[in-house]
Order: sequence, then structure tokens, then C-alpha cells
Amino acid sequence: MATATASIEPAPIRADELVQGTSLWKDAWFRLKKNHVALFGLYTFCTIALLCVVVPFFTGYTYEQTEISLKASAPMEPIFLRSEARKVGEPKKSFIALSNLEDEFLEKPQSDRKAIVAKIASGEVYQEGRDTYQRSNQRHVFGTDPLGRDLLTRVLVGGRISLAVGFAATLVSVCIGVLWGATAGFAGGKVDTVMMRFADILYALPFTVIVILLMVMFGRNFILLFVAIGAVEWLNMARIVRGQIISLKNQEFIEAAISLGLPSHRILFRHLIPNVIGSIIIYATLTVPNVMLLEAVLSFLGLGVQPPLSSWGVLIDEGSRTMETSIWLLVCPAIFFSLTLFSLNFLGDGLRDALDPKSSKD
Amino acid sequence: MALLEVENLRTYFYTRGGVVRAVDNVSFMLEPGETMGIVGESGSGKSVTCYSLLGLIPRPPGKIVSGSALFGGVDLLSCPKEQLRRIQGKRISMIFQDPMTSLNPYMRVSDQLVEPLLVHDKMSRSQALTKAITSLEEVGIQDAANRINLYPHQFSGGMRQRVMIAMALISRPEILVADEPTTALDVTVQAQILELIRQRQKDLGTAVIFITHDLGVVASFCNRVNVMYAGRIVESAPTDEIFARPMHPYNASLQQSIPALHKKGQALFTIPGLPPDLTIEFRGCPFASRCAHVGEICKEQDPALKQIVPGHGTSCIRFQRGEIADVRIKNFVSAV
Repeated sequence: MATATASIEPAPIRADELVQGTSLWKDAWFRLKKNHVALFGLYTFCTIALLCVVVPFFTGYTYEQTEISLKASAPMEPIFLRSEARKVGEPKKSFIALSNLEDEFLEKPQSDRKAIVAKIASGEVYQEGRDTYQRSNQRHVFGTDPLGRDLLTRVLVGGRISLAVGFAATLVSVCIGVLWGATAGFAGGKVDTVMMRFADILYALPFTVIVILLMVMFGRNFILLFVAIGAVEWLNMARIVRGQIISLKNQEFIEAAISLGLPSHRILFRHLIPNVIGSIIIYATLTVPNVMLLEAVLSFLGLGVQPPLSSWGVLIDEGSRTMETSIWLLVCPAIFFSLTLFSLNFLGDGLRDALDPKSSKD
Repeated sequence: MALLEVENLRTYFYTRGGVVRAVDNVSFMLEPGETMGIVGESGSGKSVTCYSLLGLIPRPPGKIVSGSALFGGVDLLSCPKEQLRRIQGKRISMIFQDPMTSLNPYMRVSDQLVEPLLVHDKMSRSQALTKAITSLEEVGIQDAANRINLYPHQFSGGMRQRVMIAMALISRPEILVADEPTTALDVTVQAQILELIRQRQKDLGTAVIFITHDLGVVASFCNRVNVMYAGRIVESAPTDEIFARPMHPYNASLQQSIPALHKKGQALFTIPGLPPDLTIEFRGCPFASRCAHVGEICKEQDPALKQIVPGHGTSCIRFQRGEIADVRIKNFVSAV
């Protein structure tokens, strides 16, 4: 047969150069690589995620270990060790930051105080009654919070929670949203109306009420936080997917699929949803920061992460209360949070360009 | 026995602007292995007729108001969806007008080609893939084993239409509906695609319903032709007869409008007026307002398709009554 029709075959194209089709993903990655801003976003985000996962094991502190005498020490502030000799057993040790050292000698005249502090700061061992003061090698890179907990560890551990909530809740919302929206859009008619009116009703309910209800019903639970946020965020996803599916299902290739007698679920999952996957990914990358903000709101209301565990939202909230005296408590988590949000937004933007099959493929 | 027997098909669209009678009382028969053309201008209901048979009418707003389409003892118009689904793509399949948009841009050609086999014939993937490669070779795509892994955008328009043909014919259907398969292609590719469809039809013994507005294509390609106007079949005859002895003024005017038949420098023939608005219900012949042979009776009596000689039917009332013998427009017959 091939020989019989060969005469009407147009001039052969050099087949060797198109042996392998480039897939959507290869193509998208190729275009993303050219977008420096998006690439910056991707790398920044990966770096932050990696830091959050790995570094807390090596800081030497845990996120919950308090040191009351170290209240709100500044980043990289010198730390001093005070050993209080006791009648029995080991001397009681505590750490004091440079800025608080003067307060130790309040009963002395001010000029003496200054001299003593300068002496200790220069590295001398100073004895005062039963207490010995000396310089210690401890460092807190980001300083400490009002309870003397290491801020670096707390920011990174908080980051783990924020990212986990962000991604898990987004995953939940994507799953529900895509299935719901695609089904409604594909079925059309009454099914569509009923499903989308249900989504509208959920829209109208205040978000916090739903979450509080869920929390009351199932108890405070870290996992539940994912579900609660995801259960609210899917509404937008469902609307977006539904709209896309409706515009797609009248396209000729869907008609062709129907005319081939393919069952509905096959058309939905193999033809329609892969065509909207670009929109889904873009919207998902923009949902992650949104969800992280929601988590911060919930934590602020006392419904989210419970102390001593923290998240970026919680840390920023705590930091904002002490911003007049110790600005780093606000700045450090805020930098991490905004960097993450920025990089995710840049990445989402870049993905939108990269995943659009109509954009140039040079 | 006829392979497909369509009777009194009426497909209406209930739109905001009123009821559009897109297909109004259409009946035809298709014999095994034959090629039947449906000709008509845009909006004459050619495509809607075939979409109705394949269950592709969007409902709402579309509705099949009446009629039956018997195919192997099954009425395609009233059978359960599941039963129709098993016929679609297996026993009746379709090629669409625009090969650029009728392949899924996100799926490899291989994945799309094997789908009918996986669904209808319950083949294994590797088996289906082998068959898909063969079928691509059969439609004249060289190096099919490699090209099958490409995406549709890496194919040219003509090659995509070849892929569509391969896909439609992969499970050896008894009927192939070709909805203007060459309209979106340039002329040289058109000829290749027509030749290909003819070749495949000969190999497989498939009956073809060929929808087109190109009379030249009809002349070279079809055994029998139905001329449609305003949702009705106005003339039905073997291809030679349609051209040699037109029996409906619309068919005659259509042929006289072909530019190739005119002398240089002479004004081209056009049919005056516009097709009727299908949302308005009217009495009489839909072509009456544009017809050169119109008489009083044309506006009063509803026309019906009647055979004048065996195999050649017309819906022209005056021709049926013997009032006019030649439906051609006399004072314009110049070049032929």
C-alpha cells in the first residue's frame, strides 16, 4: 500500500530531524530556561526549601529551646556565659546578651557598670559574688526571640510548616477543584448548574466560620489545617477549570473524539484535562502563596499552628509586636516569606508563558 | 438492502432568535461501498445532517425533532447513547473539515491513533501501535514508525488530514462521513487527499458520505449526489444526471455559477437574492424568491422530493407538473 500511495506523497521531509516529538514539558522547560526572572524564582524557591529542610539539623538549637536571660538578642550579638556557683552540684549556667549585660549590675553606679561590661566584653573573666561572667562562643545568626529561642532555627522550622501547608493545601484544592470544575463543565446543563451553585454557596459562607466549624468538629489538628484551607481554595480552581473545559469541549478535536465513540471519562481525562493542565499549574503556583497567607491569618487567630511550633505567619505576627525594640524579629521571617512569595509568583508567571503552546517555540 | 436509510430527518435549533430549521425533512439511502455527495451552500444543512447521524448535535440548543436513521437494524437517532457510542468510530466514522483543529494538540499522534482500537477492539497497546503504524503507512506517511511519535503541530495540514483519515479508517468502518475534508487545504493537497480517500475506499469497501460545496469535487468523486438547499434535499440523482439533466432550478443555477464555464470578459452568473431565513416559517418552495422559473404554485404548495425517472428525483413542483422542461436559465446560457 505504501508504494501505491507514494506517488502522491509530498516531497519527503528529512525525517531524521524530527524522529522524536518534543513533548509539552520539554518545550516548556526549554522556554522557561530562557526566562531569567522565572529561573531566578525557581532557584530561589528551591534554595529556600532546601535550607528549611536541612539547616535546622545543624544550627545546634531547637525551635523550642528557651533561654529566658537571652531575651531578644540581636543578630550576631556577642553572648556571655554566667555561671552561678551553688553549694552542691554543678554551677547554674545561663547566657546573657551584650545589651543585657549592664542590667546584671544595677546596684552599682553607672560609671562602674560601663567599665565592668567593657572588661567582660574584651574577653576577661569577671567574678561578682557567686557569679562568674565570661565570653562564650555561642552565636545566634538571626538573634533570639523574647523567650531566647534561636530565630534562625525558628524561621527555618516555621518555613517547613508554611511550605508544607502551602503545598499540601494547594494539592487538596487542585484535586477537588479540577475534578469538580471539569465534571461540571463537561456535563453541562443541569449538572453544571447544580454543581456550580453549590460552589457559589460555599463562596458565600465566611471562610473562618468553616474552618472554626471543622476545627470544632474534628479537633485541632495539623493535617486538618491542610484540608480546611484546601477545602476553601478549590472554589476558584473549579471555576477556572470549568470555564476552560467549556471553551474546549466545542473544539473540533473533542467532536472528533466523540465521533470516534470514546467514552466520556476517557474524553474528560485524556483529552480535556491535559489541555487545561497549563492553567492548572499556573493557578496552583499562585495559590501556594495565597494559602500561606491564609495559614498566617489562621495562626494569628489561634486556629493554626500552636506554639512552640511556628510558621512564617506566626513569626511575622510576633515580630510585629516588638518591632520598635527588636526589628530583626520581624525582618528575618518577613524576608524569607516575601522572597518565597516573590519567587513563586515569578515562577508562576514564567510557567504561564512557557506552557502556552501558542507562544513561539524557537 | 441499503446500508443506511435516513427518513424524514428534522433537526431544529431552538435559539434565542427563534427556531432554526437547519434540517427539514431529509430522506436518503446509502448503499454499501458507494460514494454519496451532499452539495449545498453554507448553512444549507449538509453538515448538520451528518452531525445528527453521529450524535454530535449539541443538545440543547439542537434537537432532532423527527426522523429515523436505520443502520443495520439500529435507529441511530433513537438508540441508547451507549449503543451509538459503540457504532461511532467502529462502524461509522468521520473526517472533519479543518485538520488543524481536529487533532488534540497535547497528545502524540500515536496516542490518538490507537484510541479507537483500545476502546472498540480491546486491543493491547503494542498491538494497537503496530496497527496504527500500518494505517499511517497506508495513508502515505513515510517513516511512519518514527513520525507516529510526533505531536500534531509537527505535521503539515495535508499530513494531518492523512492522520485523520487513518484514524477514521483504522477500525475499518462501513461508513465514512467526510465533512468538507479538503476545504481547508490548498489545491494540490486537495487532489492528493481526494485520491487517498478514493484509494482507501476501494481497499476497504467503505461507503462514503461526502459533504462539500465544490461541484468539481462532486463530479469527479461521487456516484450519487444530493443537492441541499435551506435544510432540504431539492434534487437527488446519479452524478452524470445531475450535470447532464438538472431537474431543479437551484441545481442548474449552481452549475451555471461555476466561473470556468464563462467566456472571458463576461460577467459571472450569480443567483440573485439570499437563502431564506430559516427561523421564519414559510409556505411553498424555499427557492421561490430567487428562482427564474417561479410560478404562482411555488409559493402556495410545499414541495416534496419526487422521482421523475428511476434514481433521479426533484422537489421542483413546476418540473414535476411538466410546466417547465429545462430548468436552465436560457438567456444566460452562453459559454457551454
